[in-house]
Amino acid sequence: MSLSVKHLLGIKEITTQDIQTIFRTADNFKQVLQRPIKKVPALRDTTIANIFFENSTRTRISFELAEKRLSADTINFSASGSSVSKGETLIDTVHNILAMKVDMVVMRHSASGAPWFLSNHIDASIINAGDGTNEHPTQALLDAFSMREKLGDLSGKRIAIIGDIMHSRVALSNIFCLQKLGAEVTVAGPPTLIPKHIESLGVKVQYDVKKALQWCDVANVLRIQLERQNKPLFSTLREYALFYGVNKQMLDSLEKEIIIMHPGPINRGVEINSDVADSKQSIILDQVENGVAIRMAVLYLLSSKAEVIE
Amino acid sequence: MKTLLDHTQLHITLQRLAHQLIEFHADFKDTVIIGLQPRGIWFSDRIVAILREQTGTKIPYGKLDITFYRDDVHASNKIMVPTPTDVPFDIEGKKVVLIDDVLHTGRTIRAAMDALLDIGRPGSVELMVLIDRSFSRELPIQPDYTGQMVDTIITQKVKVNWMEKEGSDEVILI
Repeated sequence: MSLSVKHLLGIKEITTQDIQTIFRTADNFKQVLQRPIKKVPALRDTTIANIFFENSTRTRISFELAEKRLSADTINFSASGSSVSKGETLIDTVHNILAMKVDMVVMRHSASGAPWFLSNHIDASIINAGDGTNEHPTQALLDAFSMREKLGDLSGKRIAIIGDIMHSRVALSNIFCLQKLGAEVTVAGPPTLIPKHIESLGVKVQYDVKKALQWCDVANVLRIQLERQNKPLFSTLREYALFYGVNKQMLDSLEKEIIIMHPGPINRGVEINSDVADSKQSIILDQVENGVAIRMAVLYLLSSKAEVIE
Repeated sequence: MKTLLDHTQLHITLQRLAHQLIEFHADFKDTVIIGLQPRGIWFSDRIVAILREQTGTKIPYGKLDITFYRDDVHASNKIMVPTPTDVPFDIEGKKVVLIDDVLHTGRTIRAAMDALLDIGRPGSVELMVLIDRSFSRELPIQPDYTGQMVDTIITQKVKVNWMEKEGSDEVILI
């Protein structure tokens, strides 16, 4: 019983069954990571290229560590300092890497849809490590996996995604993933950072962060992505923090204790205050830990060399 | 289809294997039992139940998944989804008894020993199997405790059924 897909491009095209299979496999890897020898020989015949056309700390280290824990050989490639700056196309770059007998590709790209485009041109399995403002599937999987660890089955649970929904690939992947697991999703933030017609995805929209926090079991707070905002969408960071930031006082005023998550990197004092990010309610570092297990599961399950019969 | 062990025979064999373990391990002071996932644990569950009843000691008992250690992980176009590993004790320096239902090529046991050594360094490792398919070994691995030895050809299949899973206790050759 393997996955229904050959690539992990987005959560949109995988099934609920696929997500459950990934979680079950990640449970095993999480256990492997707690042993003195944190390594298994499963992928020692596999070579994986990490191709990052956009900056990353967590995701890249997490993928690299996951590959090493699976005994795969890895090569790392970043756009800066490569032939991409000499004008090489994406397909040429990847074909050249694959010519060196690489089996799988982990790719981050600033253009939405880049991994789909690439999947039409190459045979190797592709794992999307974030494409533009579209999807970031492994982040959504590790977020849901972390929630499942705290809450059990997510069906009927209420999740609020708060902050810069417009520019966030994490938001979109989270929405697809949580809905496939039966959770209810509300997005919250300033109207200028919430895309029009997002209700058509079946999510609720809330402009009052406090009300969203009151409603939810888990709040996944997203980073304000200033680097993707080429025109001002709110007046100042201070104002944003004042009206839409999550702080301790706000959490204490709720009638229940909710779980706080953040995919990182955190803008402390903007979308989330330090007294929240470092509190007992926050599972931000659990998310990072689970990220390695989830990525090991995805790499392992997609590593089968034979062609998937379609 | 041929019955290798019927209900009564299987129960006699289980009793004998458990008693052999008691004979060699006496008080089970440093002994731990580890069943192999997924099929071996139905057999190890039974052995452990008999041992605990007969000796009155609570022998440490774990379950080991070996999926990530198999040498055929990429041999077919399906990839195996693992079953849980549950070894809630330290195996360092312990006498480990590995338990699986059918010993065939020996590759599963090779993988199991690698998986075991990644958890810790046992003092010794023994192997107990219910059915030993002789003349079909591909690796130099032999059991220490054997339920029954059968001569089979590679196209045949040995199926071990358990009451808890298949609704009957028996071993058949297909």
